[in-house]
Amino acid sequence: MKILIIAEAQGAEVRHASRSAITLAKNAAAAANGDIEIAMIGDDIAAAATAASAYAPTFTLSDASLAHPTADRYGAAIAQIVKQRGAGLVIAASTSQGKDCVARAAAQLGGTMVTDATACENRDGKLVWQRTMHAGGVAAWVAAHGDTVVVTALQSACEPAEPTEKTSVTALDIDVASLPSAIQFESVSTKQSNRPDVTEAAVVISGGRAFKTADDYERLIGGLADKVGGGTGSSRAAVDAGIAPNENQVGQTGKIIAPDLYLGIGISGAVQHLAGMKNSKIIAAINTDDEAPLLDYADFALIADAYEAIPELIAKL
Amino acid sequence: MKILVPTKRVPDPDQPIHLNADKTAADLTGIPCVINPFDAIALEEALRIREEERSSAGSDIEIVAVGIGPQACEKEIRIALAMGADRAVHVVSDEYIDSWIASNLLKAVVDKEQPDLIIMGKQAIDADNNQAGQFLAHHLNWPQATFASEISFEGDRVKVARETDTGIENVSMELPAVITTDLRLNEPRYASLPAMMKAKRKQVDAYTPADLSVAVDPKVEIISMETLSAKRNCVRVNNVDELIVKLKEASVL
Repeated sequence: MKILIIAEAQGAEVRHASRSAITLAKNAAAAANGDIEIAMIGDDIAAAATAASAYAPTFTLSDASLAHPTADRYGAAIAQIVKQRGAGLVIAASTSQGKDCVARAAAQLGGTMVTDATACENRDGKLVWQRTMHAGGVAAWVAAHGDTVVVTALQSACEPAEPTEKTSVTALDIDVASLPSAIQFESVSTKQSNRPDVTEAAVVISGGRAFKTADDYERLIGGLADKVGGGTGSSRAAVDAGIAPNENQVGQTGKIIAPDLYLGIGISGAVQHLAGMKNSKIIAAINTDDEAPLLDYADFALIADAYEAIPELIAKL
Repeated sequence: MKILVPTKRVPDPDQPIHLNADKTAADLTGIPCVINPFDAIALEEALRIREEERSSAGSDIEIVAVGIGPQACEKEIRIALAMGADRAVHVVSDEYIDSWIASNLLKAVVDKEQPDLIIMGKQAIDADNNQAGQFLAHHLNWPQATFASEISFEGDRVKVARETDTGIENVSMELPAVITTDLRLNEPRYASLPAMMKAKRKQVDAYTPADLSVAVDPKVEIISMETLSAKRNCVRVNNVDELIVKLKEASVL
């Protein structure tokens, strides 16, 4: 079976989440005797494609009109690439782009799609997939029926693959002019942050409604994160209140993370938030409320006020 | 303009999940159900579009809610009507419906209803699939804007701010189109008791999948499920110094 990974470029590198998808693809290849290829779509992706070739032979579709991932255009392109390469299994990362564009491609490829896969297994000659449901409260094994199976890999469940020797990069022959373009990209406001992304950081400092203002959140949560070289996360409540930026939201419908250390400060621990961080290796909580649900899911807890504990942590670390 | 809003019935997310005897589905016996929270946001947005449109141009917007599932779904369909949908379509089925079948059923309803805009949740909070809107947009060959946090109209185009991993992305599309909603689009209203009474008289057209010529043949089937408990034995530390020691012992600092 041929397995095609839809990898995303991040500058001159392969995006971290895509490297996790490569790991799941390698597991699938080992379980089902498959061969792995990588496809990368975008504009100005030569360097990232060369980086991708250190994981598997890489095929590129590069064009100025593909600079932004609009779902109709990318979806049609992905479906054509999958058919051209004859792949029976397509694996992408569970990123916003993966969910948007790869799902649209999956519909064109027959509609068999497994979202947020965490593992796979060969049962009686057929791959079955494990995924989480119900805000991470349920793990399910699912069977995927169809000639082409499309899977998105949950980043937090798979360690990112390590590069080996660079292999080949080949440009695909796809008629870009014929791809649909009914979705018009207008602009994107990307965050300006020197911190690691919350999905990639080994340490995540996460803040909730205990912080009164966005300035306090940035000064305390951001300050502690910078002290330990970590990323910043937040509860939905803090995002909704305008205290933390949207892209920091950890939870069922935000980012799902599994860092080495998750430190939740002033976060009560709603079910939806727990779904996003409960698989972290070590979980610590600082809260004034000894009854906060997050404490049931933590390894260590300090009952303290965030405004006092964080400056002390920053001073002593 | 006509806006179609799929409203899925899901177990109340604040309730613990129990599984059925053969561990292939959630057991909803005695579990309160709600409109999928993202679909409630979608319906709220449709209602706001109608309210704004009426106050500005006076043009009429019709909002049609769609429920798919067993007879019990009628309860959540009536709630959608009480929130303000004009009428509803109920595709009645006791079968397991995956995202693919749901998208095919919705396509068949769209063919009958001919809406100009579909607004729906980005995912249902039970299956967490995040597929049906994208599948439906493909079936219709319509543009899509997933994860919407802001929707506005400019002439014959709809502009959508999308929540992506890296920040807010702005796109525009011509109608008809599919939009899926993210959390920060709005906060849905509650259905009042008088509105619930009035909703009883609103029209609900019922179809079976067979009426719509859609095969109920899932692409992704659940083999087994297990509930996960992630509770840990929490050690209370007394001060910041002790916390630092524990985290250093665990080699995470």
